[in-house]
Order: sequence, then C-alpha cells, then structure tokens
Amino acid sequence: MEDAGASRVRILVVDDEFSVRDSLRAWFENEGYDVDVAAGGKEALVKLAQKEWDVFFLDLKMPDMSGLELQQKIKEIQPSGTIIIITAYASVDSAVEAMKSGAYDYLSKPFDADHLALLVRNAIERKKLLDETTKLKTTLKRVYSATEIIGESSGIRQVIENIEAVAEVDSTVLIRGESGTGKEIVARAIHANSRRRYAPIVTINCGALPESILESELFGHEKGAFTGAQYARKGKFEMADGGTIFLDEIGNISPKIQMEFLRVLEDKKFFRVGGSKEIRADFRTIAATNKDLEAAMASGEFRSDLFYRLNVFVIDLPPLRERRGDIPLLARHFLDVYRQQMNKPITGISQAAMNILTDYDWPGNVRELENAMERSVVICKEKDIQPAHLPFSNARLEEGGSSGSLEAIQMHHIKKVLEQTDWNISKASILLQVDRATLYNKIKKFNLQKQ
Amino acid sequence: MQGIFLIPITKSSLDVATFLGFTLAELFGVPCDIIEQDFSIAQHYNSERRQYHSTEILKRLLPLAEGNSRQILGIIDVDLYIPILTFVYGEAQLGKRCALISIFRLYQQFYGLPEDETLLLQRSEKEAVHELGHTLGLPHCQNFECVMHYSHSVEYIDIKRNVFCPDCSRMAGFRSRWR
Ligand SMILES: [Zn+2]
Ligand SMILES: [Zn+2]
Repeated sequence: MEDAGASRVRILVVDDEFSVRDSLRAWFENEGYDVDVAAGGKEALVKLAQKEWDVFFLDLKMPDMSGLELQQKIKEIQPSGTIIIITAYASVDSAVEAMKSGAYDYLSKPFDADHLALLVRNAIERKKLLDETTKLKTTLKRVYSATEIIGESSGIRQVIENIEAVAEVDSTVLIRGESGTGKEIVARAIHANSRRRYAPIVTINCGALPESILESELFGHEKGAFTGAQYARKGKFEMADGGTIFLDEIGNISPKIQMEFLRVLEDKKFFRVGGSKEIRADFRTIAATNKDLEAAMASGEFRSDLFYRLNVFVIDLPPLRERRGDIPLLARHFLDVYRQQMNKPITGISQAAMNILTDYDWPGNVRELENAMERSVVICKEKDIQPAHLPFSNARLEEGGSSGSLEAIQMHHIKKVLEQTDWNISKASILLQVDRATLYNKIKKFNLQKQ
Repeated sequence: MQGIFLIPITKSSLDVATFLGFTLAELFGVPCDIIEQDFSIAQHYNSERRQYHSTEILKRLLPLAEGNSRQILGIIDVDLYIPILTFVYGEAQLGKRCALISIFRLYQQFYGLPEDETLLLQRSEKEAVHELGHTLGLPHCQNFECVMHYSHSVEYIDIKRNVFCPDCSRMAGFRSRWR
C-alpha cells in the first residue's frame, strides 16, 4: 500500500516516557506514517540533523532540555516543521504558552484517537504534502471504479448518461424508482465519479427509524443529551463532511424531520442533539424515494419547499420488467460474481432457466434477481444453473405440511436450511435472505443446535 | 492463517464469541474454535481511569499461542485503554498471532439508543476481522469502507464493511470478497 520513500509523512515523537513513545510510534506506524522517537532533547537534535521531519510531537517536560527550548531549536533548524505539544492535563497553561511561540497545537494526555487523527491530518494539509494525497487518490479511484451499473437498454443508458452528467457538478440529486432498482448503486456511482470521492458516502435509511432515533442518527448527540447517552456520537451529516450524504426513503419522514432537513440542506449548519456548538459540514445531498412525492405534496404529507430543494436533478430508474432485454446480461454478471466469490465451477445458465428468468416479472427488481442468482450458485451442484435452482420453482419446499405458529414455521425452516448447508451461516443466510448476524440471533432465539 | 482460537475473557462476551466462531471460520476459511479460560483481569484495572489496560491483557494471551499455529483472539466486554489514548476498541500484535477486542463501546445502549443485538454482532465482527488483519501484518487502510480503516469512533465502524478491500486482500493473500 505504501511505497516507502519520499512521499511518506515523517513524524518525530520526543518524550521521556517510554510508554508514550512506544504507543505513539505504533499508532503512527499503523497509520502508514514514517515515525521515529527520541527520549529527550539531545537525542531529538541528533535525529533532526539526520533527516527532515514534517511533524513533531514534543513533551513539554523532559529532564535534559525543556520542550520550549527544543521548540526554539527546531524552529531554527527546520522552520517548515509542524510542532504539536504533548502535555499532561495539569500543564495546559504552558502548552498555550508554547503555542504563542509558534507551536501549531497541543494535545493533553490521554488523547482522543479521533482528535489525534484530525490534528495530524490538519498538520499534513497545512504542509500541503501533495504527493501524499495523490497516492491516496489513486488508491481510492481504483477501488471505487468497481461500482457497476449494467444494462444496454435505452432506459439504463439514459441513467448512465445522467450519472456522468451530474457527478462532476455538485448539485442535489433525487433518484426515483421502485424498491430494488438500485438507487443506492446509482448514488454510489455519482459519488465515486465526483470530486468528493476521497471522502465517504454516508447512507441513512430515513424510513426505517422512529423520529427520535432518526434525529440522533442524523445530527448526532452530545454525551448526556438523553438518558443513557454515556458517550457522544457523530451524526450522519457530520460523518459526510467532504463527501456525500445519501438519504434513502426520503418520502417517509415526519413533518418535523422534513423541517429540519430543509434547514440543514440550506445552511449546512446544525447542532448535535443536546449540543450548543454549531457544527458545519460540507456535503453533497443525494436523496431517493419509491414514493409519489407529488401526490404526497398534494395531500400535504410532504413539504413543497423541501421537494423543490431536492428535485433539482432527477434520475428515474426503470423497473426491471420494463427492460427485460437486460435480464440475461445481469443474470450472467451476478452468476460470475458469485461463482468467483464461492469458488464454484459453474459455467453458465441453461436455456430453460434463462427463459424463466426473462419471463418473470421481478417485483423486487434487480435486487431480487441478484438474490436469486446468489442463491442459485449456493444450491447448484451441476455445470450450469437449472430451473430447479431458481427460487420460484421450488419455493415452498415441504413447509406446507407443518402447521403451527408463524414462529414455529420459521424455526422449522431455518433448521432445515442450516442442515442443508451443513451449518454454514453465510450460505444459510443467502438461502434465507437475511443478514448473518440476524440469522445468528434467530438461531439463538430458537435455541437451535448443530447435531 | 492456520486457524483461530477465540478466548471469551469475560462471561458476557461468550455470546459474541459464539457468533464469531461461525462467521470468522467462514470469512477466513479456517477452523475457528472457542477456548473457555479462567481469566482474572482484576490486576489490569486502573481505578483512576476506570478502564482496563489493553496491552497488559493482550500479553496474558501470549502463552495461549504456544504449541499451536493459530491466531488467538481475546474478546472482552470491559472498556480498554492504552496510556496515551482515552480508549481503544482493541489491540493486536502486528504480524504476530495475538489480538484482543473489546465489545464494551459497541453496544447501542452506551449511546442512549435502543439495544440492537444484530448491530452489536456486526460491529464485533468488523473489529475482530480488523485486529486479525493486523496479526496478518496489515496496517491501516485509507479506504473508508475497508475493514482495515482505522475507526476512531463507533460511527466509523458502521461505515466500513466486514471485509478487506482488494488491496488489503492482495496484501494478506486472500481472495477478495469485496463487491
Ligand atoms: Zn487497527
Ligand atoms: Zn483496505
């Protein structure tokens, strides 16, 4: 990942306490920096003579030379270096003193990792170490270009053209389409092709959470903001700083949250719940919905001012049944992905199976097709995918016979699938279409055990 | 990697360990077994900080690595610290076989939010894979969604995935599960 040499940021830690040197060294090494340590001022001066350093961490109190004195010497020898003072909580005053004479910032022990990382990042940005960021950019570009939107139909070509057109400009995007049409994939593609791709895309499903929790999820909260909030938490808007926020199921939010959205999208400023410090975040907004927002607006459920703020650039995703021509292409693509992932020697899809796939209406759209293909790869023991491997041909299995509560049926079914997959949770979760952690919780709840 | 031994150091981490027993075996494609150990960590408690010293507990795991070639992952449900940091989610020996994770700050309840067992397991899995990644010699990764991205706080854990990015997979010699 790192090509050692010129582009790496060099950090020198000067502290007389071994545990501080040792843990800071480990921490910075892990972060990919070039780091060395010195136990005192004299040793630091030797290292200073050998190499140029970008960032210095200096303890204020050392036996052989005071931190302030060392700071002066560094300023003379390497004026471009950034100096950060390490201090015990009690001596913050002298740290402030050090900052007056040119230190960039100070850290009081113990440090908050989040704060430490931010400080180093700022110090580096300040030095404009361009080659370092270039390195980061090439890594990310490669990773994110893997996002795929597949299809040759005119509908999907239009979508791809739209993504390309809007990615570079920073405008708000509203993605509309039935569930499973790939709204999140489109949002990711826009983000990946935008100048914001070096920062995260943060997704929040607005429809899935009750109002009070959604508020904390979006804006974060301070420690003690409400009962049980022992620790502070950053909200999604804050996490999306520099990047993109993807607001999924925007049509399902309460009037109160709509109001708050409107304000945040306009000002890019907000408070954490229980907080008094105004937080600014620079993010791009992509929203998505499967709802008829115009109707919701007409009935007064959705604010029109919010609608117009979101409805700047619209991308409409066609349902899969309206682009049946893409089904074979998509099916082969997902087959390829999953046979590689599961390392299975499956070569293709039989004509009979393909006919079923292209005739089916796919109410769950591309996601349903992907799930069907993933499932078929798990089940398939032959050379190619047969109709029997598809979920709709043998969907009901032998469940029909079992009577009883929904829970009992569910338990019976899970047990059966686990036995089929020899208790491989990953495979069983694919067949059952649930997350592995959720499946595990069910196993625990029903007290199922491997025989 | 030859295999993994999971050491639930505190009682309530047994449940997370059971889940990891399944999931890590599948993710890494190696045997993964739980060893229940009688482990007192009282001496590693710092009453001033009201936390346990991570590095000291990690050292206690080292003897378990003797006489076998598996990775050793301790799982604990108390808050961990190293002297310079306010807290850590875990610690690992870079390129050696022992690692430790704390699930203490992974509970939604500590943020005043309703209990979410599934989220707890997902976060635990990511932190376990992350620390095991260090034992395979992987440093932190710049990709926000890679499991080797450093999580300063729980929000970052939720952004990342439970798998290595293509670069980290290559470095660790695994088939990439990245999609
Ligand atoms: Zn790490
Ligand atoms: Zn990575």
